[in-house]
This record gives sequence, C-alpha cells and structure tokens, in this order.
Amino acid sequence: MSAATEAAAIPITVDFSGGLEMLFDNQRRHSVSLPAVDASGKPATIAFLIDHLCRTLMKDPRAELFVLDNHIRPGILVLINDADWELEGEEAYEIQPRDNILFVSTLHGG
Amino acid sequence: MGEASINGEPAAAKAAPNGCSRRLTDDEFDRYSRQMIVPGMGKEGQLRLINSRVLIIGAGGLGCPAAQYIAGAGVGTIGIIDGDVVETSNLHRQVGHATARIGMKKVDSLITHLRGLNPLPTYVSHPFHINPQNAAEVISQYDLVMDCTDNPVTRYLISDICVLVCKPLVSAAAIQKSGQLTVLNCPPTPQGLVDGKYAPCYRCCFRKPPPPSSMVSCGEAGIMGSVVGLMGVAQAGEAIKILASALHIPSPPAAGDTPERNLQQPTLLIYTYDLESAVGPYSFRALKMGGRKRNCFACGENSTLTLAGIRAGEPDYVQFCSVPTSSVSLPPEERITAAAYHAAKQKGELPEHILLDTREKEHFSFGSIEGAVNVPFGKLLMKAAAIKRDVSPASEILPLESEKTDVPIFVVCRRGLDSQETVEKLKELGLDNGGKRRIVDIMGGMKAWKEEVDPTFPFI
Repeated sequence: MSAATEAAAIPITVDFSGGLEMLFDNQRRHSVSLPAVDASGKPATIAFLIDHLCRTLMKDPRAELFVLDNHIRPGILVLINDADWELEGEEAYEIQPRDNILFVSTLHGG
Repeated sequence: MGEASINGEPAAAKAAPNGCSRRLTDDEFDRYSRQMIVPGMGKEGQLRLINSRVLIIGAGGLGCPAAQYIAGAGVGTIGIIDGDVVETSNLHRQVGHATARIGMKKVDSLITHLRGLNPLPTYVSHPFHINPQNAAEVISQYDLVMDCTDNPVTRYLISDICVLVCKPLVSAAAIQKSGQLTVLNCPPTPQGLVDGKYAPCYRCCFRKPPPPSSMVSCGEAGIMGSVVGLMGVAQAGEAIKILASALHIPSPPAAGDTPERNLQQPTLLIYTYDLESAVGPYSFRALKMGGRKRNCFACGENSTLTLAGIRAGEPDYVQFCSVPTSSVSLPPEERITAAAYHAAKQKGELPEHILLDTREKEHFSFGSIEGAVNVPFGKLLMKAAAIKRDVSPASEILPLESEKTDVPIFVVCRRGLDSQETVEKLKELGLDNGGKRRIVDIMGGMKAWKEEVDPTFPFI
C-alpha cells in the first residue's frame, strides 16, 4: 500500500437518530473522515465504517447497543443517502465521498 | 363486540354498496364542505370516507390525535381498541381524554370526546387489549388499521394479521423527542405473492425487534406530547389519503391493472428535534424503504404464518421480542431493602457512607434521599470505561472523597436494576478493596423508597 492511498480519506457525514445519538456524545450529526481503504487495502464499506465508528467515535462503552456479534444490532436501520441499505448492498456497499449514512433506532412507544 | 356499543343505524346500512353515489345529507354537506373542495377529494372522496371502517389500535398518545382527525374527516365507522383506563400522567399528550374522565376506560373516554366533535360516525368500542386470540376477529371488521400501540409484541402481531386478512396498516411510534411513521401493506396483497413490486409489511422493514435491554417505554424514558401528537395526526392524514383514493381495496390479481398501479414508494418518515438547541441537522426526513421481501417471515413466498397458528400461539410473539437478558443477581449480603436502609439510618446504625443515585439528572431533580450524590448510569459507565482505558485511579468514579477507601458505598436507582449493575461495575474496578469495603444495592430503587418509606416522594 502506498503512502498516498494510506493517507487518503473519504469525507462523509454520519447521523444518529431515535436515541442512538446518546451513544455518540448526544450529537446527531458527525463529520467523519473515513480512511479510504481498510487494513487489508480493500475499499471502505459500511461494515468498515461501523467498526471505525465503534473504535473512534463512540463515547459510551455500551457498544452492544450498537453492534452485536460484529454486525449492527437488530432494531437499527441503516440508511445510505436516505435509502434503506438493503437497496444498496447492505454491509458491502462501498462508501463514496460526501455520502450521508444514517443510523436510526426503531421506535416502539406511542 | 356488543350491539350496545354501536350508535345510530346498523353498520350494514352505511356500508351499502351503492353508497358511493348517494346524495350527501345537509349536515354532511355543511360539515365536510371545507375538505370536499380540496382538489382530489370531492364528493366521491368524501363518500368513500363515509363508507369506510377504520380500526384504531391504542387510545393513547398516537390514538387520540389520530382519532380526532379520522372522526372529524367523517370516516363512517371508527373502531377503537384499548384495555387501559385514563390516568393523570396520560393527559399531557392523550388529548382525547379529559381530567373529568380519569379512571374511565380509554376507549369510552375517547369515544365521548369524538362524539362531541362529530356525532355522525358509528363508533365501536373494543374495551380490551388486542391479543393473538382476538386480533383477527376484530381486524377483519375494518378496511384499514392504524397501529397506535406502544410495544413491539403488539406491533408484530398486528402486522401479521393485516398481512393474512389483507388490510393496509398505518403504523407510527414515538419516544422522547423522536417519532416514526410508515404505511405498510398498501395496497394489500395476498401473502406469498412476490413476483412483482408489492408493498412491504412491518417485518419486511423491521425484521427483528431490538433487544429488550435497548428498549424503553414512554413511561420510563418520557415523551413530548407534541412529538407523539404530530405522528398521530400524520397517521390520520395517511389513512384519509388511502381511503379517499380507494388504495385500501386489494386489486384482484386477474384484473388488467398491475399492482404497481397504486404502489407508493415505501417510505419511513422520521421526526426528531432537540430541546437543547434551536438548530439541529433536520426535523423531518423521508427515508426510502424496500418493498415486500421474498423471504419475509409473514408475507414472503414460503411463509408458514396462518391465522389458526397465531390463535394457537405460533409464533410466540412475547418470546420473539424478549431475547433473554443477562440480569445481575447480587448475593443477599450486597443488598438492603429501602425500608431497612431507612430504619438503620434513623437509629444511627449506619456508618458514614457514600450514597450514589444513578438516575438521570431530570429524575434526580425532583427529589432524592438526603445525602445522595447523582451520577447518572450512562455517565458512570462511561467513566468506568475511561478508567479502564487510561488506567487512572478507580476512585475517580466516586464524586466525593478518595481518601477513606473503606467507607461503604450504597447505590440507588429508579427501580433497582441499574443499581445492581453499578455494584457489579464498582467491584470490577476494585473499589471493594478485595471485599474489605461494602458496596450495597438498595433494592427496588426509589420506587421502593416511595412504597416503603416515603409515600409523598415525587417518583417519576
């Protein structure tokens, strides 16, 4: 891996809603500079982003409220540019510059 | 449902098939004139509403505002199902009830309010909770269902029944400062049809419920009345749109029309705002969702879901929504009842100690046990993690002294769960000095304190 690609970062915005913001310093929008490739040199995907957020952005130690068994926990929707990630390839979606990724917890109260 | 719960003429007369071409009565004409002149509505749309039957499940924070606009718009038959009674703490958001009706069944209270607003519709009271045994019978009597409930067990049940009896479902939810709204199974399509574009059901959008540990109710976490009200009103708007344009009628598979004709882009509307700052990144957001899923448990091609199965307890909704949690169970010597703590303190038998109260600061602000120090549970966990990470002294987690390492620590929370976890966490950090220092959970939290010690305590 060359020094240039190692340093390359993708600018994106990451939003949290439905109570998940609580795990990220009560802030609903974060500007994130995501490394363009993961440790093995593969392009950054949603799976990589989730791991990156857990390592760098999460202030609350209750990681199990966000990930379970290395996957996003049940009851959280992931939206890529306002579309359900299932329409975009889920964890394998390769992140593009200026993407907006929204994590929203399913609500049940009423 | 009993005959006595239906007012006016028999429902059959109102649902007459030729009802779509009749004259409006003078009262109807006056009452609905302002909405009938809206482009797209007209006399035809109004008559469709008058001939429609809507079931509102839950007469609470969503159901009250939803029902007001459903009734106001002139939907002909309005069923309401709920087994609760009106409580004072409901009234800031459940605006279809009244102070004078505290203690009354919610369905009866809400229907009283709706009759005052519009006496023309037929109101049907179902004064019990919906469950797997009664759900299909109640839901089949209606054209459209509004999910205004407050828990995932009921939400999955309602959606499954709507799939099986082919009813559109308008679903909303809210907590604290966030709300969600989505239209499901509309137009309704028989279970198992997957070749083509069809609307999703609740399970297509929300395949699995969140773990119980991550779920809180409005009673625990709080809810702003305007937030849940907004979602309820939006629900009514979607229902009225569907009924007035006849989108609720399943298209016969053999007809020339393709099901895509009426298929809207499946959308999840979310609403969030901040109380703390005026400017947030967004308030409303419309999210694009997928359609019916081929492998969906309820509506997919190999689904084994049946009405008979549901009635017999298959699937088990309670089990599905409650993955076992690893709850802490402390030995008896690490616990004390609220009454025993109080008695020992009164008699001067309690040594000098630290009392940690792990409730949120909003809860703490209404009152606490004398001498208690507030360290909210979330903050405490964060501090604990920081201590582990930075290898800083564990005593930093304690707000007061760090000198007297033998002073016992008592922990109290709201209902007695977080406090037990806190005791475990403090021991894990070594604050018990290898067992020399006592760390004790006050059983049952401030709820028990109110019940056993001080009935005037302002517990929320």
